[in-house]
Amino acid sequence: MRLLRDLVRTPEGAIGLGILAALMLVALFAPVLSPGDPLRITGRALLPPFTDPAFPLGTDRLGRDVLAGILHGTHTSLAVGLAAALAAIAIGLCVGLTAGFAGGLVDEGLMRVVDAFQIVPSFLLALAFVSVIGASVPVVVLAIALGAWADPARLTRAQVLSIRERDYVASARVIGMHPAEIAFREILPNALPPVLALSAIIVAAAILTEAALSFLGLGDPNVVTWGSMIAEGRNILRSSPSLSIFPGIALVVTVVGVYLFSEGLTKALSSRRLEP
Amino acid sequence: MNRAIRLIRRRAISSIPVLLIVIVLTFLLLESASGDAVDAYLLSIGGGDATVAQSLRQAYGLDQSMLARLWLYFSSLVTFDLGWSVAFGRPVLDLIFERLPNTLLLMGSATALSFGFGSALGILAGAKPESIRDRVLSTGSLILYAIPSFWLGLVLSIVFAVQLRWLPTSGIETIASGKAGFARALDIAKHLVLPVGALALIYMALFLRVMRSGMAEAWALDFVLFARSKGLSRSRIVLRHVARNALLPLVTMLGLQSAAMLGGSVVIESIFAIPGFGRLAQEAVSGRDAPLLMGIIVVSAVLVICVNLLVDLVYAALDPRVGASEPNT
Repeated sequence: MRLLRDLVRTPEGAIGLGILAALMLVALFAPVLSPGDPLRITGRALLPPFTDPAFPLGTDRLGRDVLAGILHGTHTSLAVGLAAALAAIAIGLCVGLTAGFAGGLVDEGLMRVVDAFQIVPSFLLALAFVSVIGASVPVVVLAIALGAWADPARLTRAQVLSIRERDYVASARVIGMHPAEIAFREILPNALPPVLALSAIIVAAAILTEAALSFLGLGDPNVVTWGSMIAEGRNILRSSPSLSIFPGIALVVTVVGVYLFSEGLTKALSSRRLEP
Repeated sequence: MNRAIRLIRRRAISSIPVLLIVIVLTFLLLESASGDAVDAYLLSIGGGDATVAQSLRQAYGLDQSMLARLWLYFSSLVTFDLGWSVAFGRPVLDLIFERLPNTLLLMGSATALSFGFGSALGILAGAKPESIRDRVLSTGSLILYAIPSFWLGLVLSIVFAVQLRWLPTSGIETIASGKAGFARALDIAKHLVLPVGALALIYMALFLRVMRSGMAEAWALDFVLFARSKGLSRSRIVLRHVARNALLPLVTMLGLQSAAMLGGSVVIESIFAIPGFGRLAQEAVSGRDAPLLMGIIVVSAVLVICVNLLVDLVYAALDPRVGASEPNT
């Protein structure tokens, strides 16, 4: 709670939190704001934006409501971004903790795997993964997480290595605490803040990767995404560029919100560290 | 010089196990695909009977066990043979070497531009942290960095190619123009303005932010305080003391971003129809060409290793402490 108060006190954090909260509301209430399947045909095809009050942002080539697509796309973008980041952080924490604690050969082996995932372009990996397994929302989430867990793993390991040598960990060992208890009660909570600060950046990257994947036609074909809307509008870019522009703006606003939130979070965390 | 050789040797030795892991994991991933290249090929030519499929599988060695094929891949890799692309009907390595120059040109120009402008603007912003100029540049770069590169590419082509008609929309050069020498170079440059611009603008924002935050941190350090107490001029402090130290994390960032840039080239090349490495990856995916995809991932890993080695050398040149007395492990 104190962290939240510190976060709102920074201008970046306040604006970022505001944008993200608004987007969350849109994502949650999209079925209420625009009922029905956003992929169904509702009106005349290629209605220009700002002309018909029933379709404020116009319709696409097939007569689908652009505004409905953007509202429902919020849900996909946020859900995929958050889920992928959560999975990446979870994998990263597990690997980092194991490597940092076990040391020796286990550490060496795990860190080489981390290296391997860091030198392969994560977008190429996601592309290969989705094309092999088949496009669906869980597969896309996993594909993005696969390319993103290496950074949190490396950071967690570094944190564990530095915290392991602190006095309070030594004293916990002296009083006979079980190693697993030391790991989860003494080290993990203290290793978490920098990983937390990194997680917001991972969410932003995940949202952008999801958009790029669905732009290339590798997203789940049964849900509406901003990336697929941009790709759809690209076919008639010359006559109606607005079809590609609106979903892109939604994408930029979302990612800016995440970045501002992450800057606020970093500031709030560092100010907390300064005044214990 | 001795230091550089030591650095290269250490990097090369430590890269070998990592590369092996990349190859094995990619092999396992592509192995788990349902259907193989022969299925994809038969589908593309409209089907074929079982005996044809059988003989094709034998010809490509697809009827052997997984371990045998992994071993086969490794042993041919040693002779720089990356296998045979089913979709193109050509050796994978030839295809990759044919496409790679376009991508290297694209990435090289984008990196040079974004690094130059990003660090220059970062110095402007970091010279006076929290000033109006800093706030404008920081906010602008934050928004710029949030823009997906493929969308920025589309918007740029709407404005400059479709509306204003200043620049071509796609391709690497005018087809069958018969241009040569300088005229051809100019033609290629014209085609590259938009894709390079889209990539460079976004990475410029990143470099600006890294430079700016590095400088903001450096202002609080003792040697800057000392330089100020000596009464050095402000511009001298900014350039010689603050910016110079903030340049080091920027060089590190360059290495870290090389993998991301290579990945980003896939979408940019697809938008601007540039026959490059990234577009080849997309073609491999749509053609279900496992050997080609495998080769692309392996070559991109090698490329990233090379860039990182280069970055290490630059870093060592900038910071004399690096690699001076480290043991040979």
